[in-house]
Amino acid sequence: MNGFSAPLLEIRDLSIEFGGLKAVNGLNIQVYEGEIVSVIGPNGAGKTTLFNAISAMVPITSGDIVFEGSSLLGLDPNQVTARGIARTFQNVRLFTNMTILENVMVAQHCRTSQGTFGALFYTQAFRREEAEIRARGEKALGFFGSRLVGFRLNQPASVLSYANRRRLEIARAMATQPKLLLLDEPVAGMNPVESAELTRLIGRLRDEWGFAIIFIEHDMSVVRDTSDRVIVLNHGELLTEGDYADVSVDPRVIEAYLGQDTAASSATTS
Amino acid sequence: MTATEMRPGTAPEPELAPPRRALDQNWRRLVRMGAVAALVEVFIALSGMPVRLDERPVIVSILSLGYVFVGAIPIVVGHRIGRQVRREGVPIHRAGGYELLGGTLAGAIAGAGLSVLVALLTHFDIREPLVNWSPQLRDLLSFNRGTVFGVLIWLGIGAVGGFVGGGLRLLPARWRRTLVTMAATVVLLSILEQLVADLVSGVRLESVADWFYGRRGGLTHSGAGVTAAIAGVAAFFGRGKLKTTRERIKSLEGPARTRANAGMILLTAAILIVVPMLVGSLTNELLANVGLFVLLALGLNIVVGLAGILDLGYVAFFAVGSYTAAVLTAATSPRINPEFPWFVALIFVVIVTGLVGLFIGAPVIRMRGDYLAIVTLGFGEIIRLLFLSDWLSGWFGGAQGITAIGGVEIFGLTTVDGTNPRGVFYLVLVFCAIAIYVSWRLERSRLGRAWMAVREDETVAEAMGINTVNVKLLAFVVGAVLGSFSGAIFANKVGSVFPSSFLILVSMVILVVVIFGGMGSIVGVIAGAALLIGVLGGPKQPGLLAEFSEFKLLIYGALLVWMMLARPEGLIPSARRTRELHQEEFLQDAWLRGEVDTDDGDGEAPGAEGRP
Repeated sequence: MNGFSAPLLEIRDLSIEFGGLKAVNGLNIQVYEGEIVSVIGPNGAGKTTLFNAISAMVPITSGDIVFEGSSLLGLDPNQVTARGIARTFQNVRLFTNMTILENVMVAQHCRTSQGTFGALFYTQAFRREEAEIRARGEKALGFFGSRLVGFRLNQPASVLSYANRRRLEIARAMATQPKLLLLDEPVAGMNPVESAELTRLIGRLRDEWGFAIIFIEHDMSVVRDTSDRVIVLNHGELLTEGDYADVSVDPRVIEAYLGQDTAASSATTS
Repeated sequence: MTATEMRPGTAPEPELAPPRRALDQNWRRLVRMGAVAALVEVFIALSGMPVRLDERPVIVSILSLGYVFVGAIPIVVGHRIGRQVRREGVPIHRAGGYELLGGTLAGAIAGAGLSVLVALLTHFDIREPLVNWSPQLRDLLSFNRGTVFGVLIWLGIGAVGGFVGGGLRLLPARWRRTLVTMAATVVLLSILEQLVADLVSGVRLESVADWFYGRRGGLTHSGAGVTAAIAGVAAFFGRGKLKTTRERIKSLEGPARTRANAGMILLTAAILIVVPMLVGSLTNELLANVGLFVLLALGLNIVVGLAGILDLGYVAFFAVGSYTAAVLTAATSPRINPEFPWFVALIFVVIVTGLVGLFIGAPVIRMRGDYLAIVTLGFGEIIRLLFLSDWLSGWFGGAQGITAIGGVEIFGLTTVDGTNPRGVFYLVLVFCAIAIYVSWRLERSRLGRAWMAVREDETVAEAMGINTVNVKLLAFVVGAVLGSFSGAIFANKVGSVFPSSFLILVSMVILVVVIFGGMGSIVGVIAGAALLIGVLGGPKQPGLLAEFSEFKLLIYGALLVWMMLARPEGLIPSARRTRELHQEEFLQDAWLRGEVDTDDGDGEAPGAEGRP
């Protein structure tokens, strides 16, 4: 943790209510540049709601979300993305009938500017921008080896396997040129080999592309291997945060995950 | 089937099982299909279609379109009865007695529907609710020979028709194709009579046209014979060459494909430029009307087909374009009449329609799906009612509209108005070309991709940084402007605009054209407009089958329902839309080609080794 510079993302006293239900309650989180933070917690802890709030997909009840020193409140989802926060979805949501290349090209919408005029008159600027969009898209796809490039580029995303859909979704988020990447259960449904590979890739995303990353994950081995810091949510509140080594033996965390009785017995045996 | 009869590119025929026994019919299905056909027959008869269509001969003194319509149904149902579902591992039986008997019986049941109708027509008179319950219909159905003959003849016609339909399955594929092509060509040529006769006369071969077509319409006996013979020979020896050629063109890649496409476009352009010079004003009028609807359909295609915004009030922009052009060019416009030249007025038309598009779009675009559709429907009516209202009648003339609108003056050279349909067609052609170019370029741009993304998943598109409100609004405005071109030409072609020209029906017709032709497909939309507007006619414009005009909406509806069931992607679909609607089949095909990847974590794309 870097206590000297200002945080990249700061969540202050965030509360989100749906009707009477408090999905998130008085949450305070700080994420610094170049950091990989994992968010864990049992089902219904408010993890995905937190992501939705950051990406402006649900309205927040009170509190503030500050990104690079200015508030994200009142912005539309596309403006949040333009500010530099990209996300993936828990249930993969690709544009399945667009090609793999188009998926990553369309994600650069907010970084490009050519409009009707350029398209109609096929201007130099239009052609240059199209070439750039394409090159950047291919670069993002190339991050995952040869899986998503070559003859795959012009195939619809619907032909991809489950794991490759997850990879394409990450590539699409990368293509928006973010500073902060929100990954919602990136390895869910993958087999151990794939999940180990993706774990390595998450580290490379930070090292090579310079993203700060927040990811939600249930797979504890991924959490252990990648995260600089672990945030544990329970019932919409911050239970604890810290190193994986500390958090994983915290009795409150074990209790939240396993229930009181089991936690008590496992605490005595370990 | 011998190897020589197999077309290249088709899968080899599976081993055929012996024919099914004639009496092993699926009786329930047979009766059900026969009964449905009978109901359709009665419905068509009572809709009055046969009586009106009887005035339209297909072959002089032998066959009228009315009989073709009624007589085709037993053939179709007789053919359908013998259909076998092709499934892996399920044998296909050779056709035989089963098909003949089933077809005959089903056809007879279908014919029996009309027999019963003839009997009822004679003994009861319920003209009061059923307008077409007329002696005329009875005479037509009983061939003027009394009730008993009428009853028996339809049983006979039905049975024979069903027998023929079932019998088609017994023929080798080559003969079947030949027969069907012959029949279809004769009917097609009789439908296209106006166009063909006009074209033939245009190249100074009036005598040929006179010999070919009877004086009061329909092919002459010799004309029909020659047509059938030529079509038959072509089909017999062509053996699906058309299909293989098309497939060969489709399989071209790179520069060869570009050349082929360019050649095709040039050829089409040449035909479209030459043909109007050869045909008379009636046909040119028809072509111009088709063009106006192509223009409208291309505009709506951007909104519905590309951006996925279901706009049911598209006529609003057609109306605004018309009225703006009328007000700015006509000397008789009530309040302001600057009498601009048409091309100057067009600039204002674009600005005004664009603004109206923004104005209507801004509130509408924030809605989704059904709600959006209903609201656009409302706005379409609001615009028309505004033009009709007393409040604005000082500006737009209310129900009296604006009349005596001048034509389009083209740089002082010539004036294009309703009296010069050829000129109108060329004008429309230019604007269609512009619309095609705009659609084509935008689809392959950053904006086009954003539209596609919005259509696929609006929430995700928004989360991926696309300002969905802006891009949808832009689609709305671009569509509006293209539609307004059509409106502006329409006003100066017809010479008058009335609120009654912009009924909600126009919106529906344009939408049907887009859906029928193939949403999101430029070629499809043009083909849809040519077929529906050209053959059946627009909301108020006659088509080639002017006799159909009363039943136009009925047929539109029937076609739309059939299309949604049989081919929801439209006549000439865009590849993308086909994929969308047939994802299962597409994935299966891709899997067979080894292109679907599996989760083998070695990072190597599966199937890659098999590719060049």
